[in-house]
Amino acid sequence: MKKDAMFGFIVVALIGVSAYASFFVAPDEKTMHAVQRIFYLHAPCGMTALVAFLIAFVGNVAYLVKRESKWDWLGIASVEVGLAFCTVVLLTGPIWAHPAWGVWWAWDARLTSTLVLWLLYVVYLLLRTMIEDPDRRALVSAFYGVFSFLDVPLVYGSIWWWRTQHPQPVVFTSGGLNPVMRKVFYLSWASLTLLMALLIRKRYELEALRSEVRGLEREAEAQ
Amino acid sequence: MNNLGSVLAAYLVGWGIFFVFYLSVGKRTSDLKKEVENLKSGMERRK
Repeated sequence: MKKDAMFGFIVVALIGVSAYASFFVAPDEKTMHAVQRIFYLHAPCGMTALVAFLIAFVGNVAYLVKRESKWDWLGIASVEVGLAFCTVVLLTGPIWAHPAWGVWWAWDARLTSTLVLWLLYVVYLLLRTMIEDPDRRALVSAFYGVFSFLDVPLVYGSIWWWRTQHPQPVVFTSGGLNPVMRKVFYLSWASLTLLMALLIRKRYELEALRSEVRGLEREAEAQ
Repeated sequence: MNNLGSVLAAYLVGWGIFFVFYLSVGKRTSDLKKEVENLKSGMERRK
């Protein structure tokens, strides 16, 4: 409990520091000015969402191999958290795009593949509500989760492989970003990655509790 | 192009979503904990 509180405190403190850095430390971008600061939330959230879906993929594959419930719990926990991050990406993107492009949305490869990714994982959650038997639910969602993950490399690679309205890569390239902006970006990404870890852990505990309830219900019925 | 309002809106939406998600997980967890307690006490009574 004390460790949990400590971890939570560190995450909140780091988020506070990164928010301060995004607003007051990062220099003003010459063309877009203030609105560019959305980048420090939008882009790290996008990358963190992909990491969460990668963790879900690992959980899904491990469940298919080992058939142990804990991997299913990791899968659902990571998908829900990944979806929260992906939702932030899909909402903050248009808030930036409207002043920067003059339109809220463009059907280019990056935006469309991200929307498809969000829809695929929403279906993952819906699918789980439709199957009552826990073992069957875990198996079907593991298969579906592996299939959904196929879109993740497409989302990541879309701005490298195709010409898109979405800005071209600036983080993993040399000279694309001012050094202070790069540091603020990494700070923000670190804080959001820790937030993701905290949320996955909490959501995993919830799934473990659900399993405990099912076990107790079976015991009570047998009494 | 300044649009400070857009920046604030984006951060409010972003942190709002994380906050609501955290609250939702917390609420579901506390409901399940209560259910576990109820089931355990029900089983104790029947013994």
